[in-house]
Amino acid sequence: MTQSPVQRLVSSPEGRLAVIAVAVFVLMAALSPDRFLSLQNLTSMAFQFPEFAILALAMTLTMLTGGIDLSVVGVANLSAIVAALIMTRLTGSSDGTVVFLVALCAALAVGMAAGLFNGLLVAKLGLPAILATLGSGLIFTGFAIALTGGSAVMGLPAAAAWIGNSTILGIPTPLILFALLAVGLSLVLTRTAFGVKVRMFGANPLAARFAAVNIDAMLIKVYVASGGLAAMAGMVVMSRANSAKADYGSSYLLLAVLIAILGGVNPYGGYGKIIGVVLAVLSMQFLSSGLNMVGVSNFARELIWGSLLIFVMIVNTWRPAGRRN
Amino acid sequence: MKIDWTRNETLVALVILAFCLLAALSDPSFLSIATLTDLLRGGIVLGIFAVAAMLVLISGGIDVSFTAIAAFTMYVTAMTLNALMPWMPWWAALGFGMAVGAGLGAINGLLIAGFGLPTLIVTLGTLSIFRGFMLTFIGQKQITTLPPSMREFGRMMLIRGENADGSFYNLHGAFVVTVLVVVLTWFLLQRTMLGRQIYAIGGSVESARRIGINVRGVQFFIYVYVGVLAGLAGVIHASMARVANPFDLVGLELSVIAAVVLGGARLAGGHGTLTGTILGVALIVLVRNSLIVLGIPATWQSVTIGLLILLGTGLPAWQAKRAAARAA
Amino acid sequence: MSEPLVTLSGVTKTYAGITALSEVGFSIAAGEAVCLAGENGSGKSTLNKILAGVERPDRGTIAFSGQVQGPLSPRASTEAGIKVIFQDFSLFPNLTVAENIAFSAELGEGVRLVRRAKMRDLARATLDRIGVDIPLDAAGETLSVAHKQLVAIARALATEARLIIMDEPTTALTEREVRGLLTIIRRLKADGVAVLFVSHKLAEVLEVCEQVVVLRNGQKVAEGPAQDFDAASLTRHMTGRDVAAEPPAPLRADAPVLLQVQGLSKAGAFDQVDFTLRAGEVLGISGLLGSGRTALAKALFGLVAPETGTITLDGRQVTRGDPVAAAAAGIGYVPEDRLTEGLFLTQSIVQNIAIGRLDSHARAGGVLNLTGLLAEARDWLARLKVKAPNPDAPVRSLSGGNQQRVVLARWMARSPRVLVLNGPSVGVDVGSKAEIHGIIAELAAHGLGVIVISDDLPELLSTCHRILVMKGGRMVEDIAGGSLNETELAHRLAS
Repeated sequence: MTQSPVQRLVSSPEGRLAVIAVAVFVLMAALSPDRFLSLQNLTSMAFQFPEFAILALAMTLTMLTGGIDLSVVGVANLSAIVAALIMTRLTGSSDGTVVFLVALCAALAVGMAAGLFNGLLVAKLGLPAILATLGSGLIFTGFAIALTGGSAVMGLPAAAAWIGNSTILGIPTPLILFALLAVGLSLVLTRTAFGVKVRMFGANPLAARFAAVNIDAMLIKVYVASGGLAAMAGMVVMSRANSAKADYGSSYLLLAVLIAILGGVNPYGGYGKIIGVVLAVLSMQFLSSGLNMVGVSNFARELIWGSLLIFVMIVNTWRPAGRRN
Repeated sequence: MKIDWTRNETLVALVILAFCLLAALSDPSFLSIATLTDLLRGGIVLGIFAVAAMLVLISGGIDVSFTAIAAFTMYVTAMTLNALMPWMPWWAALGFGMAVGAGLGAINGLLIAGFGLPTLIVTLGTLSIFRGFMLTFIGQKQITTLPPSMREFGRMMLIRGENADGSFYNLHGAFVVTVLVVVLTWFLLQRTMLGRQIYAIGGSVESARRIGINVRGVQFFIYVYVGVLAGLAGVIHASMARVANPFDLVGLELSVIAAVVLGGARLAGGHGTLTGTILGVALIVLVRNSLIVLGIPATWQSVTIGLLILLGTGLPAWQAKRAAARAA
Repeated sequence: MSEPLVTLSGVTKTYAGITALSEVGFSIAAGEAVCLAGENGSGKSTLNKILAGVERPDRGTIAFSGQVQGPLSPRASTEAGIKVIFQDFSLFPNLTVAENIAFSAELGEGVRLVRRAKMRDLARATLDRIGVDIPLDAAGETLSVAHKQLVAIARALATEARLIIMDEPTTALTEREVRGLLTIIRRLKADGVAVLFVSHKLAEVLEVCEQVVVLRNGQKVAEGPAQDFDAASLTRHMTGRDVAAEPPAPLRADAPVLLQVQGLSKAGAFDQVDFTLRAGEVLGISGLLGSGRTALAKALFGLVAPETGTITLDGRQVTRGDPVAAAAAGIGYVPEDRLTEGLFLTQSIVQNIAIGRLDSHARAGGVLNLTGLLAEARDWLARLKVKAPNPDAPVRSLSGGNQQRVVLARWMARSPRVLVLNGPSVGVDVGSKAEIHGIIAELAAHGLGVIVISDDLPELLSTCHRILVMKGGRMVEDIAGGSLNETELAHRLAS
């Protein structure tokens, strides 16, 4: 039985997502052809989505193991605040490049340390990931508040603006960063021993133990990586906002989970493709920008994202090819 | 009285006792009626939310949309009663809220029981849908003039009194509602077959189907019931606050679920008691209201709650892990 | 003469082109025990589901006491008195024994409020009826497997039961527990309750049943009184060929000691266990309930952490309680329950094999040599003769026997020195069982040490050079294989 190309495309969840992404783009372009298709809009979109897209990558990684990381926003903010504090306290060259690099390393270190904390809770203590990262997220946010008294850290050197606002060869830097991270994560998941272990563990944690997979080490690496990714996202947010605050991006947590699930990641573990997540990110961004242009309020975005999620879930449940377990 | 040290309820009760002790040592006026009524007030809305969240957890699911249902309901109730039925008495506001909440809960029920979609994802979606819909199509501005029914309810006090230093304390009448919710839910879970079926589904969905339990029917009921409770909580919240702010309440969900889990409910389902839930809520309220008394600044509140959650759920998890290793 | 309780006639069922059942007919009289014997894939489970009303036959009739029934539903079937006890017992782990037993009955009466006293009385009455005493307030999840089964039987009796269908009831039980179950079945029969006993454990089949029906490939191939059959003829009917149990080739006298276990102890599980395993030797470990043999097997692989004692392989000590270390040292473990413990059902066949070799095929930075890894996995598929037309298909698409071979392949790819097999042919049909025994003999011939944990006496006798018997956590006997027959071995185990 030969399937038509359309049938083949639509039979996989990622194929359907591609169709949705294209459909949304076309629809939004039709609604505001001059503005939506303008270079300015395309560039603007490309600056906007990487920050929550990187968080979605972090969420995807933990979801693949059947867990979740509810602390990503807390970690992002804490890392950004640490970086910002370093940059405002230390003085280096006139535009602050060296200081920025130091701060960037510090942010990554904070993110990975936070991830290590999460990993130990989940792997060694055996806490369910939801509870562990819920508690730790509150703690990280709490530290962020304590460090800043709740107010924003401002007065960042010029070099800090680079990662979130500049372009390299005309392509927005945050987009390049996201692309590198997405491709990198995808390769890790499919071509490294670690990645295969992540996916197998997500499919059947008990069998992974019986197969002598070093589960604790693998889980800790997953959460450390998630923390690192969250720190990167935090740096982008900080760069674009030119400040760091403990409560930035609070709506990004829900959004990251939505994107991951919309992207086809099974929240119980064992299935998920990065390309799906990327397509989900793009769909969300097209919708968001397009509706903005038509004058739909920001809040309608939430409504539409929620509806899109439910719609995709229903479709995925009813098509046997998209069924997982 | 035999104390079971391995149960969450015992641990939480101990922490609460220790906390009160420390607080009383820091500030002797901590142990007063004023503090008690303060704490009870803090637990009114949270308590109703926690009972709702617990019910879903027992059945083996997770609902994160109940705060959005509450916010939606309170806003719509205030708006509608103001516009159409300002003459209604106080209980009409509560009734209206329950009806709207039921409707929203039914949407969850339809998606979960009808389509069989996973509960966490569905309720994440409906959280966005309810909130988004309200803020887009219904309104974004605070309603500062509540309908007379809600204002009347907001003034109903159970206890009033004056402290030695001239300040006042009171306990809102809504506390009675919370107590009624707890009692009714206790009756449902322990004394009716429907309640036992909820536990059964949480224990093993497949076995429940095999003995002929109408799993879909029970699940639909659960989400409608949760909707009713959430709607009720929303209207109470607005009445007590004297304002309907559409941005309120959402954001509490995870803390409520944490309180319920602290009290012994399991994420995997099948377990959960009202005693434990009440204790969990009590602990969270205690921490939120009384950290100052212990000399911990408000900026450290998040850290404290986070640590409590980790300790409260981590200890039993670690105990379980060690027990499993010992059992072979 | 009254009509039989249940009569099936010409029952046929096809699923998507595959004929599961073809023109099957037999009858069950009240108070009679009928055994339905057959390999996996013979159509037994389909027949169960049809009787339970979960599936409808495409053709054929089912009659209760002579009255032909319309299409059955689970409710109609239960009301007719047919109760099916599935292999997982369908209990509620979080509810009490009393609730588990009485729930269905109370539901059936349509009451809205909980009648606690009534439920307890009903539970007590049914437990008494089968002569069993289990605390009514114990939570389902705290019960042993044997007790869970008893509760499941009690539940079936809580509402009027005229036919109880037991699906592979002895798979998870030890010898003594099986004896207890057979006693209960006799009591049920005396009470007028009919029993349909679905199994491929041959000895029990013959002992407890009046009638035997044998299915093969969806067709009834033999039927008759139990005394007309013996183990050999049953096997012949089930598999279509003779399967003889032969003792293994003798061990070389100069085979070196491979594994040495000394003083291994774990409170509540086993105590001061000592034994040695030589290269090329197949060692059986068996014992009754509470003997500690499963805990011991798991301890060898690090899934269970002993408190004292040593495990030495090739002269080097193996870290206790760590499966990763045990595997690295050269010990492999094929678990009892391949569906939940052994396999990643949604992942491909080659991935299931390759998971043990990920680190070995990893180059710098953890990047995998995918071609090498997958080629090696496919190679093992061929060597173990796994019938898998598409190696990239999910492993759940394979039959039970082939699935077991995939798990074996995973471990053999790691070139272990010692392989521990826990119930290697549990739930595997007779034909595959013989082939797996052949693989065990081959492994031994290649110089591996093999430990077989099993309850299956013919299996132990046909594969093992020595059999160790455990009792109450201690190793009490060391029997040379081939020195006993099945009956004697059963005695030694039970004494």
